[in-house]
Amino acid sequence: MSVKMTTRQVGDVTVVDAAGRITLGEAASTFRDTIRDLAASGHKKMLLNLAEISYIDSSGIGELVSGFTTVANQGGSVKLLNLTKRVQDLLQITKLYTVFEVFDDEAKGVSSFK
Amino acid sequence: MADQQTQPHTLEQVFESELESVDSAEETVVAEAAHLGFDEDDLHRIGISVRECMVNAVVHGNRYNARKKVHLKVERTPEQLTIWIGDEGDGFDPNAVPDPLAGENIMRHSGRGVMLMQAFMDEFSTYTRQPQGTEVKMVKYKPKRATEGGNS
Repeated sequence: MSVKMTTRQVGDVTVVDAAGRITLGEAASTFRDTIRDLAASGHKKMLLNLAEISYIDSSGIGELVSGFTTVANQGGSVKLLNLTKRVQDLLQITKLYTVFEVFDDEAKGVSSFK
Repeated sequence: MADQQTQPHTLEQVFESELESVDSAEETVVAEAAHLGFDEDDLHRIGISVRECMVNAVVHGNRYNARKKVHLKVERTPEQLTIWIGDEGDGFDPNAVPDPLAGENIMRHSGRGVMLMQAFMDEFSTYTRQPQGTEVKMVKYKPKRATEGGNS
């Protein structure tokens, strides 16, 4: 099982709905390419909705970090929305919870970019 | 009968050095862990630990070399699940991995696998494998509340 990424625009914020697993291999590549393509096409405000992410490994965490860095290097920002408890635990263990802005309400996440 | 229940149940498998082996090994070990009655959260932690270890063996140990194999052994007793994963690579020193929690490493793309295994399993140790390679041993103890029965 891989990851499915769909995007929608809420004002000038790009909400990326991710579903499935982000693990080493095709899924991590899909995730990475989606974020890079969005950043390259000028989407600088990204809200990653991880509500439907059932599983993420250290490679997936690495892709989250890379996505954050890629977009930040282009003057934008990536924020996270609707983390499952397992993803929250992973971000806390890796101390990345302090790096990412995390929201559990989409409207608040979107308005935080303004 | 009592002997049968307390005898360790052991399973051994040999995997090719390819990413598909990671999924197979994870499924195998999680199924063994489920036999022991670990809850869903522990099954997830055990699964991730096996995944990280298998990725290290396939990618960093054997470097996808088709002539090298990954060796999995799982032993379950009523009290614990023990997992050994061995590669045929050039050796691995977990202490050489930069601390992923150090400020300068927080934003690194990789290097968190060993930390996750150590966080999710009760024991984690590495050995030099003869004649070549590295073997990782991981242990997860079954929570006491699950083995004591429901008298309270």
